[in-house]
Amino acid sequence: MLKAQRPSTMNPSTYPLDELLIKRRGLRRQLLTLNGLKDIRIAILGGTTTSELVDLFEILLLQNGFRPAFYQSEYGRYYEDAVLQPDEIIAFRPDIVYVHTCSLNIQAFPPLSCTENQLPGFIETEMTRFRAIWRSLEEKIGCQIIQNNFELTPHALLGNLDAVSAGGTTRFVGELNRQITAEAAANPRLIMQDLSAIAATIGMRHWFDPERWFSYKIASTVEGTFAIATSLTALVGAIYGRSRKVLVLDLDNTLWGGVIGDDGVDKLLIGRETPMAEAYTAFQEYCLQLRNRGILLAVCSKNNEDVAQAGFAHPDSVLKLEHFSAFKANWNPKHENILAIAQELNLGVDSFVFVDDNPAERAIVEAQIPGIAVPNVGSEVAKYPSILNAGRYFEPVSLGKEDIARAQLYAENSQRVKLEQKFANYGEYLDSLEMTAEIDVFNATYLERIAQLTNKTNQFNLTTRRYTLAEVQAAAVDGNHVGIYGKLTDRFGDNGLISIVLGRMDETDLHLDLWLMSCRVLKRDMEIAMLDSLVERARQKGVKRLVGYYLPTAKNGMVADHYEKLGFSSIPCDAVTGTAWELELATYEPRSCHIRILERTNA
Amino acid sequence: MPDLLPEIQEIFRDIFDDPQLTITRDSNASTVEDWDSLAHLNLVTAISQKYKIKFALGELQELKNVGDMIDLIQTKIAQK
Repeated sequence: MLKAQRPSTMNPSTYPLDELLIKRRGLRRQLLTLNGLKDIRIAILGGTTTSELVDLFEILLLQNGFRPAFYQSEYGRYYEDAVLQPDEIIAFRPDIVYVHTCSLNIQAFPPLSCTENQLPGFIETEMTRFRAIWRSLEEKIGCQIIQNNFELTPHALLGNLDAVSAGGTTRFVGELNRQITAEAAANPRLIMQDLSAIAATIGMRHWFDPERWFSYKIASTVEGTFAIATSLTALVGAIYGRSRKVLVLDLDNTLWGGVIGDDGVDKLLIGRETPMAEAYTAFQEYCLQLRNRGILLAVCSKNNEDVAQAGFAHPDSVLKLEHFSAFKANWNPKHENILAIAQELNLGVDSFVFVDDNPAERAIVEAQIPGIAVPNVGSEVAKYPSILNAGRYFEPVSLGKEDIARAQLYAENSQRVKLEQKFANYGEYLDSLEMTAEIDVFNATYLERIAQLTNKTNQFNLTTRRYTLAEVQAAAVDGNHVGIYGKLTDRFGDNGLISIVLGRMDETDLHLDLWLMSCRVLKRDMEIAMLDSLVERARQKGVKRLVGYYLPTAKNGMVADHYEKLGFSSIPCDAVTGTAWELELATYEPRSCHIRILERTNA
Repeated sequence: MPDLLPEIQEIFRDIFDDPQLTITRDSNASTVEDWDSLAHLNLVTAISQKYKIKFALGELQELKNVGDMIDLIQTKIAQK
């Protein structure tokens, strides 16, 4: 039943870097077949060898809807190409020129004996060269210029004093960076790339590899090069008005800890009481900061809407309902909800970023919605802000610059053709999850977990009966019950023990006192696999009919039609508000087809 | 010690985007089309990342062919 694993998505940002390095040529070939790419011409004037940078930059640009053509200066000829012999670069007609220099390209550091009075002269000498480059490019080509500032030098001979002394290299790099900053602030044609911050984020020890410098004249490790390319791609996107504008957020275990439908508002992890609560609070604060600089926030959650909204009434919730521009909480597939949000906001999904702790949700959204950014955020909320930050999704250029750039380089919303087929149907998606279930009768290993689940599951719970450990133990051994548990593993990992069904024998009837499942595996057809297994065990005990009950509570509305969907027929029910259902076993055939069932023999 | 040639061949096939590419221990930059300096850098970087090893300065210059490279990788892995 299971299909071969689908090729993973072609989004380079979700590739591990080592895999990207190996597969980039093939990836590039595939990306080049996309329709609707915007042609863009980029000249790179490098103080180092820039071929590795261009390689990675190209793939990231392709993935973001651009088809770049590159011009690269010979190694180290950034000044000559821009100022002395600009004919080639003029003929290339670049839209953007990137001047990529590093602190190894600084020509004259001041000597140790340099005084405060002498220092400005050294700064001026260095800056004169760069000003000449920028002026020449502006006059002769009139394009957008990106100039990076300088990273720290590999060695600070004077230690702490290096940052203070007029003759220190650290001090000198800082002074030059202040000058470049001032120039960029005053000149809309000049955009500064903050290489100093990019290198600092990675850390100088992991940034500079002397052997790569000696062997290839590359001044960064491959991680460093990739970070430069990521930042450049974000800048290019921003110049063309293509930065992302909307952050779509899951709720349970993303914006707060816990499952609001099961745990209730009061039990949510948010606030300052525990380390986990602090982490969720910090992420909410990060989201609010994004909103305050113009990024729209939206909710996309599998929950009942009123239940989901109640979470923002939690006194410690930093985010409030009014911070969200769109709010979808229901049981529809998330990709459908996200498309609805896009319509509501009248924005393209290619301006969306989706954050969800659940890898299965991320996978289906990424596969179904071409162009959406789905960062692999993992499941540790403490890391979410830095992961989002590293992705550079919301990169702005200053407002004025953006306007000017927009006028000059017209932005267009090209149609992005998806790289891979959507899943033809939901079943194919389920197959792609490569699910394996272990389903078996209650046994000693799991009795505690079973009792615990009966006490904390509220949503997918047909009867909401609570059991003590002693009661579960009794049911496991008294011969009068059929109790089975299910564990589910998929290609993203082990979901653990997530479903329980407990039936009580009455001659040839089996009364289902309990049927519950954890919401983390909703819509995986796990209930069908459980039914198959239940029928098999029930038959062995001579059961001819299953009788199921649904007892409504404030929280279990989602399973009102559970038995109906499984093919049970409605029968009269004693309970005032509940419903009862029967299934004759004589003609029952197994139905599960998307989950591989592991046989376990523990009698 | 496992023979790394099949794995290395896979890396070559990916890097050169040529699923038919066949590599032997005698292969070198003159027998493999497109093996230029950038491809060489890509190979070295990819191999270093994959096997979590680091080549010392000068070590790579002495290699005559893929066989030498595999021997060096194996020495490096053994030293880890």
